[in-house]
Amino acid sequence: MDDLNLARLASAESHEETARIMQICNACRYCEGFCAVFPAMERRRLFDVGDTAFLANLCHHCGACYHACQYAPPHEFAVNVPHTLAERRAASWREFAWPGPLAGLFDRNGLVVAMATTIGLALAIGLMLAMIAPHLFWGVHLGEGAFYVLMPHTVMAGIPLGISAFVILSFIIGWRRYWRATGARWGGLPALSDALRATATMRNLGGDNSGNGGGCPGADDRGSLARRHYHHLTFYGFMLCFAATSTGTLYHYVLGREAPYGYFELPVVLGTVGGVMLCVGTAGLWREKRRMEPAVRPLSRLGMDYAFIWLLFWVSATGLILLAVRETGFMGLALAVHLGVVYAFFLVLPFSKFVHAIYRFAALLADAGEARRSAM
Amino acid sequence: MYTNLDNDLSHPHLHLWDVLVIGAGNAGLCAAITAAEAGCSVLVIEVAGRDMRGGNTRHTRNLRAMHEEPTDVLTDAYSFEEYYDDLMRVTRGITNEKLASLTLEKSAELTSWLGARGVRFQPALSGTLNLGRTNAFFLGGGRALLNSLCRHAEGLGVGFLYEAEVTTLRMEDGYCDGVTLADGRELQAKKVITTAGGFEANLDWLAEGWGEAARNFLVRGTPHNTGTVLRSLLDHGARPVGALDQCHAVAIDARAPKFDGGIASRIDGVPFGIVLNRDAERFYDEGEDFWPKRYAIWGRLVAAQPDQIAYAILDSVGVDRFMPSVFTPIREDSIEGLAAKLELDPAATRAAVDAFNAACPPGPIDQSVLDGCGTSGLSPEKTNWAAPIAKPPFYGFPLRPGITFTYMGVEVNESAQILMQDGRPSANLFAAGEIMAGNVLGQGYLAGIGMTIGAVFGRIAGAEAARQLNRG
Repeated sequence: MDDLNLARLASAESHEETARIMQICNACRYCEGFCAVFPAMERRRLFDVGDTAFLANLCHHCGACYHACQYAPPHEFAVNVPHTLAERRAASWREFAWPGPLAGLFDRNGLVVAMATTIGLALAIGLMLAMIAPHLFWGVHLGEGAFYVLMPHTVMAGIPLGISAFVILSFIIGWRRYWRATGARWGGLPALSDALRATATMRNLGGDNSGNGGGCPGADDRGSLARRHYHHLTFYGFMLCFAATSTGTLYHYVLGREAPYGYFELPVVLGTVGGVMLCVGTAGLWREKRRMEPAVRPLSRLGMDYAFIWLLFWVSATGLILLAVRETGFMGLALAVHLGVVYAFFLVLPFSKFVHAIYRFAALLADAGEARRSAM
Repeated sequence: MYTNLDNDLSHPHLHLWDVLVIGAGNAGLCAAITAAEAGCSVLVIEVAGRDMRGGNTRHTRNLRAMHEEPTDVLTDAYSFEEYYDDLMRVTRGITNEKLASLTLEKSAELTSWLGARGVRFQPALSGTLNLGRTNAFFLGGGRALLNSLCRHAEGLGVGFLYEAEVTTLRMEDGYCDGVTLADGRELQAKKVITTAGGFEANLDWLAEGWGEAARNFLVRGTPHNTGTVLRSLLDHGARPVGALDQCHAVAIDARAPKFDGGIASRIDGVPFGIVLNRDAERFYDEGEDFWPKRYAIWGRLVAAQPDQIAYAILDSVGVDRFMPSVFTPIREDSIEGLAAKLELDPAATRAAVDAFNAACPPGPIDQSVLDGCGTSGLSPEKTNWAAPIAKPPFYGFPLRPGITFTYMGVEVNESAQILMQDGRPSANLFAAGEIMAGNVLGQGYLAGIGMTIGAVFGRIAGAEAARQLNRG
């Protein structure tokens, strides 16, 4: 059997297992207080492929329902909601991916990320060495435009910009495919507000959908909010880094000032704070993932999870290192490595764990609309 | 507090425990925690492994609690008088009034007591069942409650011995100096609290009350409630309470597993169709009252039918009127086809459906009220929600009696002490939970009161054991 048919089989199997389990859960409903997945399930009687994809992407994989489940193995019903939804979720990302032929990159994702990182590094270092005199690479460069001695701004920013166009197109098409396949409906601005709030607060990653949850299980069935906190650090750290890049762009084009900027200027402050948050957040998420109950961890998807977490970590860590050594002879090397990792990050974006942000938000938005309509 | 735990758990038989608790369900954990908090060394003996611990508590979802005003987990108020009236109505007065009053009074403390020990409840006004006024729902259900209480107990130094089956209580003259396990180990204790459940998983014992019909019962809860501890208590002169054939039994899907099917195996569709027995005859008013008020009689009704089997039959309108079921209903485009699949006589089934349809009143039914849309001229009549079974496809659910728990147990006093045949309390034996619930529930059932009885008497037993040991 070729890869495409194997992928289809995996999709069909993950859907059927999800539908089997949701039928059991829907006759039990003890978990309805945990997160948005269960109330959404209760609004359905039958579960088609779109429904299972929707529920799978709504799941934050906290594991609370597994520890509480009276039908979890060794019970003969063998219900394991987090694990099953994780498999379904991963299969759905492949189903919605664009360009479709590249969807196989989701498999062996750790290897893919490693290769992308190699390509990114080779690209950054190669370009730099090709465009400048070798002695400049190890030189000390100070003041405005110091980075661009090593690589012209148009090239440095042009590469990720070019990749971004492809990435954004991929996300838009993925979103549309997901939206259609799951039969989602726009729920109006109130639903958008609900979804944004759920994203900002991670209310579903707390083991209790009342919003003031006692936490989700970590190493054992004990409730902990550690994953939510580390995710907050990662999410808001990422946003701050994004803001740093945006303000840097404004400085460059509007104020006509070239990087590097002073330690207390806005782009650097935002980037430094965001970078530290990202480092701590991703390291924490990695630790929490490792501590998860083995039965709940999606073993076949761990490569993708870890690869993305580490890629994000190194994007921010190399940025901080660059900041630290930018006035020394190691600036060239640090800049090349940082750029290489950033290029790799952009390259694999549509085929990495990052897409969870797209589909999770789509699911939260659709769910908020559904919940509001059913409450009317 | 007892601390040298690891040492003694590898050799639990070398230690004289202050308190042995038999069973790690709700009652046992409440007892163990209360005794440990008072400073006793406590060992909990659980027959199941860690994954399946806690007996029928695994399958529970809420407890019924008195409260004078709204709380964070209960709406409105549920007064002592109303609770008491509800209990008298369902038991028809077959209860120990002193113990019943005690249960209700003490129920008011439970949600905060459990909450302080890690149990989380769903907020009031959430959830699918309209019981938010009378019942507090455990977030995630009974297994989540067990996880929280076990963790709390472990933190207090309570020892847990899993996969350990108590076969006999070593008793003499109402005094119990310890227990013998199936593997031959003998454990010694100053006080023994029995919270080992009923005997509903012991079909031989059930057959003593129900005859051979019991062989066809499905057991909704743990396969471990075989009544070994109850039997040992009775053999050693504890005074029984409750009738042998009294139990909580509902009609569940016949395709459910023999044991441990739990909540998901129930069928809510009876009021929206008809129920036929093996001979394709109706035998009871399917629309007598709202289902939550009637589901608990259908176990007995089906148990009284030949071969203890029945079939709920609905059409495509009726099947959408109730909560989905764990097993997909059997579906056919014709009544005869459905009958054949259910192994009913097609002609007789057709005749029963035709007779029912002809007796239905015109006009739509309203399932939100007792709509009085009853049949006329049938025996038995269906008194509410009688709508013709006419729109294909047709659906069938096979039904069997599903036994939840038994009521016969040991008699206790207000200190949860087990009473002996002469009426005097045992010197050091206590009981809590299903093994003594028959003191309060002589018959009938109120949703969530089983957990209330377990928690209230578990706490009493743990406190009394500690008090007798001059702890706390």
